[in-house]
Amino acid sequence: MSTKNWPLWEVFIRSKSGLEHRHVGSLHAADAKMAMENARDVYTRRQEGVSIWVVPSSAITASNPEHSGELFEPAQDKAYRHPTFYDLPNELKHI
Amino acid sequence: MKEQLYQYLLMLGDNAMILGHRLSELCGHGPSLETDIALTNLSLDLFGQVRNYFQYAAEVKGEIGGATDTEVTEDSIAMTRYPHEYRNTLLVEQPNKDFAFVITRQFFFDAYHLPLLEALKQSKDEQIAAIAHKSIKEVQYHLRFSSEWVKRLGDGTAESHDRMQTAVDYLYPYIGELVQETPIEKAMKEEGIGADLSVVRSQYYDKVKAVLKEATLSTPQFFGFHDGGKKGVHSEHHSHILSTLQYMQRTYPNMEW
Repeated sequence: MSTKNWPLWEVFIRSKSGLEHRHVGSLHAADAKMAMENARDVYTRRQEGVSIWVVPSSAITASNPEHSGELFEPAQDKAYRHPTFYDLPNELKHI
Repeated sequence: MKEQLYQYLLMLGDNAMILGHRLSELCGHGPSLETDIALTNLSLDLFGQVRNYFQYAAEVKGEIGGATDTEVTEDSIAMTRYPHEYRNTLLVEQPNKDFAFVITRQFFFDAYHLPLLEALKQSKDEQIAAIAHKSIKEVQYHLRFSSEWVKRLGDGTAESHDRMQTAVDYLYPYIGELVQETPIEKAMKEEGIGADLSVVRSQYYDKVKAVLKEATLSTPQFFGFHDGGKKGVHSEHHSHILSTLQYMQRTYPNMEW
């Protein structure tokens, strides 16, 4: 028996029309078509979504955790960049 | 007429129930997490369909009445019949020898199930038409799932091809029974209730041949076929399935949980 694994895929689900696709997890599949079917079976069995994206995990370029200081810390003391000084109407749900 | 309708509903329900049980045996034992969940989903879909058929069958049996001292329900139909009273085809009771057998058995059934339900959507019996209508989306997915796997395994590695060809050669002689018309199916067809299996048959063989060809698998040259299941004559595997399925109801009659 082969011990070679299928490639890994990242799964994104749109929970309803108008919202963005969100990352929900990952899975293994031999190709894109099977990844789509596996995603349907693994991640949408409880009506979680209306649209699925699958992306090969190898296609994602990730930030290096070692660089998190230089990447993210400079934003910490710049509170004026946060849109917290506006009053948002209650009807706005997904901001 | 009512008795024939009852038997016809058993035929429809029993195929889904026995195949659903075979798939449920793989729960937690699938070759990968993804396929494990996929096969369990198929099983749950099939058991949902079984409930629809047997709830209606229980209603029909109630109208027939007769010498039964206990009430007929979907559960009593599913769990307390004797082996010869089950009308599933021999194909669906064949064991899960390996993943190739599971996928091939599923494909051979799905390719028949879809045109069957298409035909039943036109049934004069509103209940049957409604069940067919509801089930068809599930079965479209089942067929896509199983035929994609047949292609990938058949046209995959040398080992997957060999295992698939072994499964196809073993299971092919069982598919003739699916589209063989029994007297009950003939009567239901003439009433406008049941499907015309001659129509299902041509679509069925076309689909099977096309998918096997694409999967680089050869279609066996086999002219006879094994039958008996629809008449209640089953293979040795069937009683083993029932002894597992019926254990609780036989040991603790009328138990609920």
